[in-house]
Amino acid sequence: MKSSEISTHLSKFRIGIAGAGGLGSNCAVALARSGVGTIVICDFDVVEEDNLTRQYFFINQIGMMKTEALSENIARINPKSVVITHNRKIISEDVPEIFGGCHVIVEAFDRAEMKEMLIYSVMNSMPGIPLIVGSGLSGWGDSNHIRCRKIDDTFYVCGDECTEAGAYLPPLAPRVGMVANMQANVVLEILMKMA
Amino acid sequence: MKILLNDREEELDAESISVAEMLILKKFSFKLRIIKINGILISKDLYDTTTIYEGDIVHMIYLMSGG
Repeated sequence: MKSSEISTHLSKFRIGIAGAGGLGSNCAVALARSGVGTIVICDFDVVEEDNLTRQYFFINQIGMMKTEALSENIARINPKSVVITHNRKIISEDVPEIFGGCHVIVEAFDRAEMKEMLIYSVMNSMPGIPLIVGSGLSGWGDSNHIRCRKIDDTFYVCGDECTEAGAYLPPLAPRVGMVANMQANVVLEILMKMA
Repeated sequence: MKILLNDREEELDAESISVAEMLILKKFSFKLRIIKINGILISKDLYDTTTIYEGDIVHMIYLMSGG
């Protein structure tokens, strides 16, 4: 398939991204660059200065809602990608409403408790929809320990599955970007098999 | 019995075992995790009462903060 045919194919699909931080912002940009038609982004936070160590925002966007800033950035990269934003904190009951109609959902939260909530919610209330989780991306080095594990057709885990973010092991651009782009790569892998 | 745990064959000295017992046996102490048995998500409150049998395919995923 030629590049233009790939983006035409990808334009038919809708992807949900839960969280617009390091994973979500970088993953969304990779999907928009690839030509994914619709990206649904949900986050309640605003851009802060220390987010710029890894998240796809700019200095002049500090203080903006992350969803709005990301929408603006994607429009500058690929205006054909439609971005639907939800400015709110996701709770379990809202997941089917926010991400209804999405062909794949990307988990891009910071806190492990939120990751757990989304996994339970998607698997119980949206069975059959592939979910791609990020787990273990803090620090630096050890590139080869970052991997993508397919659990089954609806569940994938990207990351090293062992490093926990903390004050002395912060998430930094290279490893966060690797995992975010790995998640985007799994999305493409799934979509390219869909009719 | 033999099970497949995270894609590796494991020999356990029992005919069946609960999920909670398996976590202790394998020293899986980190609390934020997802467990699927034969593709089915096991709710946290069912770890004591869900049994793993010979030939079961078990996946355990640790959820690490950071994103």
